[in-house]
Amino acid sequence: MAADAPIRPSPTVTDDSAVFWDAAAESRLVAQRCADCGRLRHPPRPMCPACSSLEVEIAELSGQGTLYSYAILHHPQHPAFEYPVIAALVDLEEGVRLLSSLTDVSKDDVRIGMPVYAHFVPTADGPLIPVFRPSEDL
Amino acid sequence: MKGRRTLARGAASIVGVGCTEFSRRAGRTELQLACESITAALDDAGLAAADVNGIVSYTVDPVEETELVRSVGLEEINFSARIPYGGGGSVGVLQHAAAAVASGTAEVVVAYRAIRARSGATRFGSAKTAPTPTSGHSGTTAMQWCMPFGVLTPASWMALNSVRYMHEFGVESADFGRAVVQLREYAAANPAAWGFQNPITLDEHQESRWIVEPCIHLLDCCQETDGSVALVVTGSQRAADLPHAPVRIGTASTAGLFEQEIASDHYRPDLSVMDGTMALGRRLFEDAGFSRDDIDVALIYDAFSPILLMQLEGLGFCGFGEAKDFIADGNLALDGSLPTNTNGGLIGEGYIHGLNLVLEAVRQLRGTAVNQVADARTAAISASRTGAILTLD
Repeated sequence: MAADAPIRPSPTVTDDSAVFWDAAAESRLVAQRCADCGRLRHPPRPMCPACSSLEVEIAELSGQGTLYSYAILHHPQHPAFEYPVIAALVDLEEGVRLLSSLTDVSKDDVRIGMPVYAHFVPTADGPLIPVFRPSEDL
Repeated sequence: MKGRRTLARGAASIVGVGCTEFSRRAGRTELQLACESITAALDDAGLAAADVNGIVSYTVDPVEETELVRSVGLEEINFSARIPYGGGGSVGVLQHAAAAVASGTAEVVVAYRAIRARSGATRFGSAKTAPTPTSGHSGTTAMQWCMPFGVLTPASWMALNSVRYMHEFGVESADFGRAVVQLREYAAANPAAWGFQNPITLDEHQESRWIVEPCIHLLDCCQETDGSVALVVTGSQRAADLPHAPVRIGTASTAGLFEQEIASDHYRPDLSVMDGTMALGRRLFEDAGFSRDDIDVALIYDAFSPILLMQLEGLGFCGFGEAKDFIADGNLALDGSLPTNTNGGLIGEGYIHGLNLVLEAVRQLRGTAVNQVADARTAAISASRTGAILTLD
């Protein structure tokens, strides 16, 4: 990759969301799981919306999912990204949905329902973030 | 949920409307734009600044209440509110103004939005990565969850829902295009509109460049605009003594669902429908006792054309997946069953963040719209999360 190749901006991390981004920085895909009722949730939040528990565990996710929807972004263009960006909503097999983007696929080959899996790419300040590629590449 | 209480039906009325020109470059501050539209609205209402004791706007509006009060010359403010959810909350200003009036909290409330969405620093469609994790009470927490992946603009956020909608119901870009052609036909006759004397064909729509493939061409997007709109709301009893026939706020409501965001609404299970707008429809029609068949004109928030179709379905004006046929059959036209966005919408007239749709609803009921619906007596307004029914006595 050329030295001046686009590199994604790092996420803006908050105390409430650090659980997700800190794990991603270690190439781990996680979600919060309620320690009382077991419900998974994303985006992260301090309270379980099902049982009001504040007790939380970290659930390690497989990174396997299916493409729920996508969008091929042409305009406007930001220097931190390569275009077109293929934005993706991925339904992970554990039952949570992630917004991310697709790599290693031509825009004409993107299909709703296609199996995808996570891999991790660096951002401007160093932390890794999860993006997805078609599972056929495995 | 049965037995929900709704806003006291018709207790408050819109008695004055005002606006500036809608332009690419206003050449003056948002504060000045707000002053101009509010003064015009008060003149229209036959009221003075001293009569106003309540003000309502959006959380994202840049005008400070203190500066507004000292500029317009308001004597004493007893009520103020700001509505979250960005443009999705635009009709919420009516709900708050009407609630304040109906409860006796305020007597005369001014609702306003002033924006330099074209020449100012806040162009919505520009590529920027956010320094903050959220978008400032606009109902969009997308900043931290979208920005690192290059999903930077409202068009890109909404496109994810739009593509699922297209997939689920077999909707094509040309179906959105037919809606845009209708909006631009309305705008072509509207001297205030960006699209004045400039209608488009479906071919031109299809040939305009992709913003987001396969759902949003350039011509599917609203026009980022500079300008301001203001409304004056007071009790319907007092309204009867003012110059214009009062436009009653028949009902006004907000509906937000678990996990729902505004532009970045990605966590509801089924994104091929706007189920938040379905809830809004239930509040406006079933709960408040209005019939969809009684609606003479509809104003529906069209930041991008796909959400116009999805709201038509969510509100129950047609079945799911049927908006494309409803539009192709001409129902949005003046001689159709539901004339819609008769000012040209946000796509054809301009983007005062939704409040110009409320302005158009008032003009329709007063009989002063450019594209006038004959004998319009009931208007429905939807900004997806907030909405209202306006009526004439």
